[in-house]
Amino acid sequence: MTLCQLFLQPDAAYSCISELGELGIVQFRDLNPNVNSFQRKYVNEVRRCEEMERKLRFLETEIKKDELPIYDPEDNPDAPKPREMIDLEATFEKLDHELKEINTNADALLRNFNELTELKHNLTMTQGFFDDAEMAFTPAHNRNQRDSDDDQVQLLYEYSMISHNKLGFITGVVPRERMVAFERMLWRVCRGNVFLRQAEIPELIEDPVSGEKLHKTVFVVFFQGEQLKNRVQKICEGFRANIYPCPENPHERRELAMGVMTRLEDLTVVLSQTQDHRQRVLAATSRNLRTWQIKVKKIKAIYHTMNMFNNDVARKCLIAECWAPVSELDRIQLALRKGSEASGGGTVSSVLNRMVTREQPPTHHKLNKFTQGFQNLVDAYGVATYREINPMPFVLITFPFLFAVMFGDAGHGILVTIFALWMVLKERSLKDKWRNQEVWTIFFGGRYIILLMGIFSIYTGIIYNDVFSKSLNIFGSSWRVRFGDDTLAKHDSVMLEPTPYNYTRSGDYRQMFSGTPYPIGLDPVWQLADNKITYTNSVKMKFAIIIGITQMGFGLFLSLWNHLHFNHRHAIYLEFLPQIIFLACIFFYLIILIFYKWTSFDGSKATDAPSLLIHLINMILFSYKTDPPSAAVFYTGQKQFQTFLILLAVLCVPWMLLGKPIYRIVMNKRRANRGVVLDADVRDTDTEDMLDDEHSHQQHHQHEVEMSEVWVEQGIHTIEYFLGCISHTASYLRLWALSLAHAQLSEVLWHMILHLGLSMNGYGGAIASFFVFMPWSSLTVFILLLMEGLSAFLHALRLHWVEFQSKFYKGEGYPFVPFSFRLLLDEAPVEA
Amino acid sequence: MEKFAITLIIFTVFWGLIGIVLPFLIPKGQNKRLIQVMLTLTSACCWLFWLCFYLHQWKPLFGPQLKRDNARIIRSLWGSEF
Repeated sequence: MTLCQLFLQPDAAYSCISELGELGIVQFRDLNPNVNSFQRKYVNEVRRCEEMERKLRFLETEIKKDELPIYDPEDNPDAPKPREMIDLEATFEKLDHELKEINTNADALLRNFNELTELKHNLTMTQGFFDDAEMAFTPAHNRNQRDSDDDQVQLLYEYSMISHNKLGFITGVVPRERMVAFERMLWRVCRGNVFLRQAEIPELIEDPVSGEKLHKTVFVVFFQGEQLKNRVQKICEGFRANIYPCPENPHERRELAMGVMTRLEDLTVVLSQTQDHRQRVLAATSRNLRTWQIKVKKIKAIYHTMNMFNNDVARKCLIAECWAPVSELDRIQLALRKGSEASGGGTVSSVLNRMVTREQPPTHHKLNKFTQGFQNLVDAYGVATYREINPMPFVLITFPFLFAVMFGDAGHGILVTIFALWMVLKERSLKDKWRNQEVWTIFFGGRYIILLMGIFSIYTGIIYNDVFSKSLNIFGSSWRVRFGDDTLAKHDSVMLEPTPYNYTRSGDYRQMFSGTPYPIGLDPVWQLADNKITYTNSVKMKFAIIIGITQMGFGLFLSLWNHLHFNHRHAIYLEFLPQIIFLACIFFYLIILIFYKWTSFDGSKATDAPSLLIHLINMILFSYKTDPPSAAVFYTGQKQFQTFLILLAVLCVPWMLLGKPIYRIVMNKRRANRGVVLDADVRDTDTEDMLDDEHSHQQHHQHEVEMSEVWVEQGIHTIEYFLGCISHTASYLRLWALSLAHAQLSEVLWHMILHLGLSMNGYGGAIASFFVFMPWSSLTVFILLLMEGLSAFLHALRLHWVEFQSKFYKGEGYPFVPFSFRLLLDEAPVEA
Repeated sequence: MEKFAITLIIFTVFWGLIGIVLPFLIPKGQNKRLIQVMLTLTSACCWLFWLCFYLHQWKPLFGPQLKRDNARIIRSLWGSEF
């Protein structure tokens, strides 16, 4: 990784940056950090881009409103030239304007249409009222009318006869739900001096003002006098009833009705044509929408980047600073040349110049879609310091393996693998689906992790001999029951004889264990044994300790590799050696004891078998008793050898605590005596930046390291390491604990749920089995797969972050985030 | 005893082939080192796991405790001979 300076011609700058964006391997630095974003050079262009994006968003909402499909472009459109930007702006402006116009027109037409519809209904209904009223004037004929109308019409007739005055009326339309309140209000305000008739409009009408579809009622109010008229009008306004003029003359009314009908027909036609036009415009837009969005994003990104550059007026060029990997410098030069040629082939091409710096470069790991997930796991704890060893290739295997040790069920492993395989095989089509569901994106992003976890779980499930809490007997068990009927009748439960040869003097001995263990995994007889857990506890705990200490030792060797890479010779002798000797003396010795116990003690000496935990504790406490037999020494010279180991281990503590600070004191003295550092040991950055390493590092180490800081830091490191050794070893026992919990949960589900259904006989049993499957399967998925899976994932991750990585990983770097169009476009979430 | 040794050798050779021999046969490419590390680590972890369970069952200190009915069923299903 090297810091580069780019000198760009202003005309060529745009296309050069465009080429670099397509390449995606440089990270630009902001050279104007103190400049307000509104005062930067290209702020106008960025503003124009944002305006274009706003118009595109508006178009997108309109397209989505009409539920038209948006066409996704297959290929990646290039960033357009600056001249094209003006064309794009004009196109968007035109489309925007056109669509807004269509919308306004459509709204006005719709309102008109609704008003006319209401008027039509109004006229139809009031026609009915006045017909009734006229019919009442014909005496004595057709008295077979309905009663209620009869009364009302009689009233009207009488009233008009009596008063000889013209009755005024107002007709209108009011929402049905307000009709009752409207009537009551009219009655109260006008003291019963108005006459209201109403008729409901059967179909839903769209209100011209609010746009909702409502049930409405047509009403006509008859009154006499100006005052009442005013009051009625005010009440109508208050209830937001739409008042429509209605001519008294029936002839005029009919003409008005005809007119309204024709106008309604015309409006319908115009409305549908407007909608068609709108669809056409939107369909044409939807074909290009995504391409335009990508282009505008790229333009904006380029101008943002160019805002970070320094405008050198004297030399008439733009200066940019960027981090770039040394191995990619050729490709970058090529891209710059392409950019310069594309923008018109200026006489002077852009120049790339490597700079030297003491700053820590960003950390760049070359990843593919498989390793990306695991790198995210490691980076979540901390990004690797520049050039230190990346734990990811090792975590790639050990993490799924430790997960599987805790998950350990082949049946569940198969389910997890199938789920992961589906995600991996259908990668391309699933990539952009459900982008808003965060839980799904998390699962999908970790599909390769889940796949490996599933595969390893199948393997550990086979070794634990656990398939949905049942065991498989493929090779034939190594145990046989050789008890006679009389023994079985006497005892409720029997324990099989573990020693495969006759170690008793008596003839009662019967061989029940073949002497050869079951070839792959746990013997199937243990599934039926009452003391299965006692047996498996022992082996799972021992394995957890073995794998834990192995992983920690591996971490220490990685730290050795780091020291060798950075050429910290002193660290090897003063840090690595005490650490590894301490670990070896106590914990590698423990592993050797475990293997010794496994191979030397069989059933005949079961009572004499040493308890390794007691022996470890006694070793540290220097206490050697002879009883109980499990605490007595079991090989000659054990006491002396163990004492030696403990003393050696204890010596490592001051070795590590004092070694490095004393070294620093000596170095400081030497530096004070001489003027310049000639020690090769003190270089500590990568040897590839050979430009002027020595010079810069001499300057770096000229100033003295503060001694108190060194003492405190070393004290912390020492305590952390030595206490950590013991606590981390015990921490690995969670591998045993979680696998026990998983196995027990699995067994509970079997015994309490599935077993109930399967153990019933007959037809009832068949039905019960069917019904019992649902709770069993849903509990398996939710509790065992999801909850236990998450739990094991978390614990395996913690084991890596804390127990493994604390042995060698510093994690103080910052990630390399290149200017890349691909990254930019991938990250942008699809709008809901 | 012989069966024990044979099984031990078979599995050690199996995982040894995967973890020690196969890495040399990976063709040159972008991911050669990564695949080598993956194969070695996988075979080391899996072999160690298998080995621990195998050794633990070689000389058991106690046998399975079976309920009377289970013992009878096993005796009739698996027989009394090895």
